Amino acid sequence: MSGLTIFFVIYAYVAILFFIAGFLYRIWKYASTPAPLKIPQTPAPVAAPGVARRMVAEVTLFKSLFNGNKIIWLFGYVFHLGLLVALLKHYRFAFDYSPSWLVYLTTFELYAGLIMLGGLMMLFLLRLVVDRTNFITVMTDYILLVLLIGIAGTGLLLKHFYRTDVTSVKEFVLGLVSFNPQEMPADAFFIIHITLVFLLLIYFPFSKLMHSGGIFFSPTRNQVDNARDKRLVTPWAAAPESIQIASNMTQEEG
Amino acid sequence: MAETAAEQEEVLTDLEIVTGAKEPKPKIGDVKAPELTGSIKVPKIQPGAAAGYKPYPAAPEYMEGMDFPTTLVDNWEKEAVNKLGELLKKYKSLQDYMDICVRCGSCTDKCQFFLGSKDPKNMPVARADLLRKVYKKYFTTEGKLLGKIAGAERFDLELLGEWFSYFHQCSQCRRCSVFCPYGIDTAEISMAAREIMDHIGVGQKYVNSIIIKLHEIGNNLGMNPKALKATLESTEEDIEEEDGVPVKLPVDQVGADILMVTPSADFFASPHVESLIGYAKVFHQAGISWTFSSTASEAGNFGMFIGNYSHMQRAASRIRKAIEEIRPKRLIVGECGHAWRIAYSFWNTLIGPLDQSLGLDPKYPRPQHICEFTLDLVKRGAIKLDKSANDEFVPTFHDSCNVARGSRMGDSPGGQFDIPRELIKASCNRYVDMEQETIMEKTFCCGGGGGLLTDEILDVRLQGAMPRMQAYQNIKDSHGANFFALICAICKAQFTKVFPKYGMPMIEVGGVHQLVGRAIELGAKE
Repeated sequence: MSGLTIFFVIYAYVAILFFIAGFLYRIWKYASTPAPLKIPQTPAPVAAPGVARRMVAEVTLFKSLFNGNKIIWLFGYVFHLGLLVALLKHYRFAFDYSPSWLVYLTTFELYAGLIMLGGLMMLFLLRLVVDRTNFITVMTDYILLVLLIGIAGTGLLLKHFYRTDVTSVKEFVLGLVSFNPQEMPADAFFIIHITLVFLLLIYFPFSKLMHSGGIFFSPTRNQVDNARDKRLVTPWAAAPESIQIASNMTQEEG
Repeated sequence: MAETAAEQEEVLTDLEIVTGAKEPKPKIGDVKAPELTGSIKVPKIQPGAAAGYKPYPAAPEYMEGMDFPTTLVDNWEKEAVNKLGELLKKYKSLQDYMDICVRCGSCTDKCQFFLGSKDPKNMPVARADLLRKVYKKYFTTEGKLLGKIAGAERFDLELLGEWFSYFHQCSQCRRCSVFCPYGIDTAEISMAAREIMDHIGVGQKYVNSIIIKLHEIGNNLGMNPKALKATLESTEEDIEEEDGVPVKLPVDQVGADILMVTPSADFFASPHVESLIGYAKVFHQAGISWTFSSTASEAGNFGMFIGNYSHMQRAASRIRKAIEEIRPKRLIVGECGHAWRIAYSFWNTLIGPLDQSLGLDPKYPRPQHICEFTLDLVKRGAIKLDKSANDEFVPTFHDSCNVARGSRMGDSPGGQFDIPRELIKASCNRYVDMEQETIMEKTFCCGGGGGLLTDEILDVRLQGAMPRMQAYQNIKDSHGANFFALICAICKAQFTKVFPKYGMPMIEVGGVHQLVGRAIELGAKE
């Protein structure tokens, strides 16, 4: 096995470990932190199925962002849509069998990749030219966009323009998945592509990309509006010791 | 000459630097309102435009009375970080919102204080970032490793000074959260920031002094039970003189069916008292026994504004005590925005369970908003309204932020928008809504909520009121609107102050139950 392969096999496992452990740790943190008060952003659903629908609309349509800013919504949405198609397409590298709908996706794979790249570039441009967005941008916002642009760009290049040998890529990935590492193809774009992907995976749990999991824990959106009907009690906020204070209060001279 | 200059050069303490305590405050008469055009434009940013607006810091007695340090503590950076660590463990909202903002920019043009001041640190994301910088620096691997590249910053005096400015230019109205893809609620963040500031000895005078009054005397105005009874008696006389009907304003009537909890401003501030008279007429005409309580003579609860759970709970516990004293079957809350949010969303948690164990009748919502109560009577025909009594008015309704985005009325989502409007329409022949983008869940704050209703930051309040004033100007021009109907004591106080500054008649500001009170037909029922 070449030194290159050994390096990338270790890099890959480290990155995946960081990603999974880090992601789960952050999710555990959100899940285990109490929400002591009812703070749904109203009008809010009055029962659980409504909350599920509200969440689905946010996750699949970016509803609030749509109401907030159509331009950011458009570029953000096409980027995420392209990303989704790209991620689904990568399924075939990790499994022997590809379902037919996945094969069907291949038809517009190129367009999906292009709109993803275009969306990312426009999001970058917005950060440069809109004074308000420029003001709030920090360096890591640019870095993440560059990272994603790099990943999308190399992905498009090696798939559609400077074709990498798909079979050897698949063997390499299947090898990783089955813990039976295989020689990796020494293709420049492929190497850049996976270097960036694993870098992103390592950075993911430390970064704002945690919005992907954190969105489900946002109390303003995941709470049911039923404060009058159902008393919310969390351990730290439960003991009403101050009620004692009031009961002992001396009545003012009346 | 040199000597005099040296004498005059005072050495400022860190607290004075942070709070701008020695900076001259603008004279109220000098503060100018932005010009009204009838439309709301997103301005070009002007960094630092609002940096100098700071409320008065709480004097030592207003800190001690709250069990906060009386001045900026020596190791304040460490103490602040410890407090933030504690809050992150206590509030899911804070922990989640610190992490997941992607700085997309959707909220950047949604805050009335940004639109009015043009200061980019009044953009919700930038305001939240003032706290997020500290979170990143002390609590995240990203911030520890990457520092400023990741937006992490040490908590120094300069940043603390920005906190004191900008976290007191947020009215916690939640408008930004509506447009956030994740529902990030800047109110939660500004509450946490104020809680941290209080715990290192940097408090705000207005809010803290009011909470102390509430704890010690029982209401925000500092009116003792004797004064309360006197003012209610004189209002009773006024009503009888005006309408010839002996409408009562009872206090501490043990065993009354309804305990009415209302903001203390209703007892004698104007135009608040007009709504109070409205409530009394509704109860009178419905023939239901009711009472105020001198123990719970305040629905407002500024504990929320400073994010302090125990002060909020202690203030709310007066309501529970009043329920135990009066033993009412029903609990009704008067016109007050943040009070209704706390009553509707928090009371059950803070002082509950509000159920039969306290003698409350499960048939009715606990608590119930006065608008829910009155509209129900109207619909059942239990009270009659003569719309022509309000024919001189073309009213519009300003959705108060805390009611619109932090509570509900009625059984279905959005009842908090429909019920007050239906009630106005039942009381008046005419009605007009302001532009859709400025009402209901997208309503703008009055500019005085969240503990900003204090005159030393009148600039902030005027700037914050600007979008709402534009929308009102718009329907004044197009529909001749001339009555600005409210269900919030803070809104009422804020708008009576800012209307004249915007060249509008103060008399147009009023309450929903002011309209009801004018239209209600008193006397024997058919």
